[in-house]
Amino acid sequence: MLDDTDRRILRQYQHNPEAGTAELATLSGVTTATCARRLDRLRAAGILRGNHAVIDWRALGYEVEVSLRITIDKTQPRAFDEFMHDARRIPEVIEIQTFLGRVDVRLSVIARDMAHYQEIYRTAILTLPHMADIEALMHVARIKTDEVLPI
Amino acid sequence: MSRPAAELDTIDRQILRELSHDATQSAGALGRKLALSQPSAWRRIQKLREAGILKGQRLDLDKERLGFGVTVFLGLKLATKGRVSLQDFERAVTAIPEVQTVEHILGLYDYRLRVVARDISDFERVLRRRIMTLPGVGDVEANVLLSEERRPGPIG
Repeated sequence: MLDDTDRRILRQYQHNPEAGTAELATLSGVTTATCARRLDRLRAAGILRGNHAVIDWRALGYEVEVSLRITIDKTQPRAFDEFMHDARRIPEVIEIQTFLGRVDVRLSVIARDMAHYQEIYRTAILTLPHMADIEALMHVARIKTDEVLPI
Repeated sequence: MSRPAAELDTIDRQILRELSHDATQSAGALGRKLALSQPSAWRRIQKLREAGILKGQRLDLDKERLGFGVTVFLGLKLATKGRVSLQDFERAVTAIPEVQTVEHILGLYDYRLRVVARDISDFERVLRRRIMTLPGVGDVEANVLLSEERRPGPIG
């Protein structure tokens, strides 16, 4: 389905997501027309789903990031859906992940400071439905963040 | 206390929301959407970049279709704290291509890693040959990612 040219373009694009088509074409060693055509095809096939700006929440004054690992009370048939529905409504929740393992759901929550975090935790997080257990991990630093696939 | 977020006006917030949805939009296109001239949209984007608020871009790729069927989050504890240097560990772990993110955390674990693999047996290979052989690695907890949503965050 993907040939070497597609892979080369995607490899370069992952490392240079700010590049325009012409620049990406040069980096990948293809013509701009080829590059544009390949990108269109990758988009149409649903492989390239988007290119998103990354916001530095710290630069916006959000100094605290906490990972909440949550176990859901699975005796309720709609527990997952109801939990997710309510979690999506908390603006400070920037990531929701579900897992197979010891943890069911992880929420990434950002706050301006610890007092703000406490307030979100008490008023928004603890009122989420169907939680059996909750564990907080505090972020200290991100050492590596390039979510580049080894294509 | 300075609150940098307070300096953003409604238009800045709209720009951030638009660009986190699609960062490839030109200043002209963005301006038309938000009833701004191209130069003033461009100036605002530049300001958000210079302030470090827009810090880059990220592709959203269908991992499964590219052959990476499994994403696992590993909670990792260092076994011999104080004896193994954190720098050595961090240098070694960031060099593993299958490790996408490394976060230093406080709580149950010392580090959280996001690992991609082709399938479960490929993941097992990465875990045994690359992760378990890292300097100082102790307890490892694995959770297989089932779904993931990135939310717009508090810019609404």
